[in-house]
Amino acid sequence: MILTEKQQAILNGAEGETMAKVMKTLVMYGDAFEAEKLVPITSKYNHLVTSFGLKVMSPVYDLMQQILDAGVASGQKFSVDPRPLDSKVPANFLQNFVFKNFMYTKQDFYEKQLDKLGLMDKDAFTCTCYMDEVGNKPKKGDILSWAESSAVVYANSVLGARCNRNSGIIDIMGSIVGYVPYFGLLTDEGRKATWVIKLNTTKKPDAQLLGSAIGMKVMEDVPYVIGLDKYLGSELNDEACTYLKDFGAATASNGAVGLYHIENLTPEAKEMGKAIIAEGAKEYIIDDAELQRVKDNYPVIWKKKDAKPKLCFMGCPHMSLQQLKDWTDKVEKGLKENGNKKVLIPTVFTAAPKVLEEFNKTEYAARLKATGVVTSYICPLMYMNNPLCKTMPVITSSNKLRTYTSARYYSDDEILNALTKGGK
Amino acid sequence: MKQFKGRVVTPGKVTAEALVTREGFNTLASMQMALQFGDKEVKCGDQSNKDIYGKSMLNKALCLPQTIGSTTGGLVLYCACAMGKNPACMLFANHIDSLAAAGAVLADVWVDGVTMPVVDSLGDEFLNYVKDGMKITVDEDGTVTVE
Repeated sequence: MILTEKQQAILNGAEGETMAKVMKTLVMYGDAFEAEKLVPITSKYNHLVTSFGLKVMSPVYDLMQQILDAGVASGQKFSVDPRPLDSKVPANFLQNFVFKNFMYTKQDFYEKQLDKLGLMDKDAFTCTCYMDEVGNKPKKGDILSWAESSAVVYANSVLGARCNRNSGIIDIMGSIVGYVPYFGLLTDEGRKATWVIKLNTTKKPDAQLLGSAIGMKVMEDVPYVIGLDKYLGSELNDEACTYLKDFGAATASNGAVGLYHIENLTPEAKEMGKAIIAEGAKEYIIDDAELQRVKDNYPVIWKKKDAKPKLCFMGCPHMSLQQLKDWTDKVEKGLKENGNKKVLIPTVFTAAPKVLEEFNKTEYAARLKATGVVTSYICPLMYMNNPLCKTMPVITSSNKLRTYTSARYYSDDEILNALTKGGK
Repeated sequence: MKQFKGRVVTPGKVTAEALVTREGFNTLASMQMALQFGDKEVKCGDQSNKDIYGKSMLNKALCLPQTIGSTTGGLVLYCACAMGKNPACMLFANHIDSLAAAGAVLADVWVDGVTMPVVDSLGDEFLNYVKDGMKITVDEDGTVTVE
């Protein structure tokens, strides 16, 4: 990698040992991808993936402390993934005991570190930092040092920013020196589609199931999807963006997708059309049967496979304001049709603190509360990542949550049925 | 016995027993529960990975196409190394992905006394040939001997 004089001086220790180690990390990281140079970060804000004060992650907090002690923390403010705990979310005595005394014992300590490192504000905890209500929305062409797979894939694909699938810690290191290695999704070549996905379904597929099928097929490659605009239209309106948020999260967690193009819809696909497809791109045809095959292959690891669900999580990634409103209507309607007043399974809808703040100003908030659904800013993934939840029958419409925990994936229709009527 | 030549990402020399996943290795899903709850064998917790779910990863030569999943992957790998709960080495059939590369580099730069050789670009033939339990030797130049 060719470094500028200033970058080389930092690497040689001109700004201290810790800064030199940060630069060495970025140079080695770039070398792994034959990056030819470091390029400046141009986004206003950063986004970090590590939001949780897990006792087991002590090496991370030790490293953050080294950065703080050396006084090299970045001037670039950041948002960060959701908090792992919220007393509003149902948990039994044992769960609460384990959360507070064994798992998240470093939460307060780490949040103080985040504040000193440059947290945007006390409510900047969400995986959907790009929501208007949150305010960390990069511009097209911005170079980012973000982590959080669902946010990175959204920023690249829907907003047209440029960011690699950086890991936690690498995210803040880029921000500290102000540069990221130039490779992969930062380059024009790396943004070309190497898969063509032809969608031949008879109806609009569930976003998280379609994303899962594509993620598992293309892994870390870039797919170009033909046929989805038939259902989403050709404008990135609220409905399309919400769909793509969930679709992208599934591509990124069930595979390793960092960028996708939707024909006639996402910015680069609209600008370049099929010219953005690389020569020799592979093809994957998705029809109703293929989606069913993918869904049927998800393992069910509940102890009792036909157990009655004890909890339902919606909002991984966090729900949008419109999604909260739409689901309020759906749940109300379903309950009415089935002669029920409250949801039949304890249910949590999760969203960014600032999205919830806006939602709570609308008349929908009281209506949703009346159905028995709880809203929270929690990270469902962090809530479920413990042995006590391993045998707990939790259902979710999130293919990301299914991937990382024992939660079982239900389609949106199945979720609604389970909540308002009972059964699947 | 067969030898494969790959590209060195982080150098080192080691001999270990092979543990093979032909599916993408989801670092967070595979390692978090084991690290968090003190599983001494560091058994794989990824329910979706039929190849290695429930198998011990500690001190094994982890053979894989690439890692997938959450961008916490790199820091989870870094923590595993800092806690001495890492595989003996990681051997990638494909070019290394950004999350695994981050984990390997973070461990190399920020953790004293830990060596986890990482070699990539070993090719599909490597992953087709290697089986669980085979003896793997990794050399400093990226030569991987399977027997």
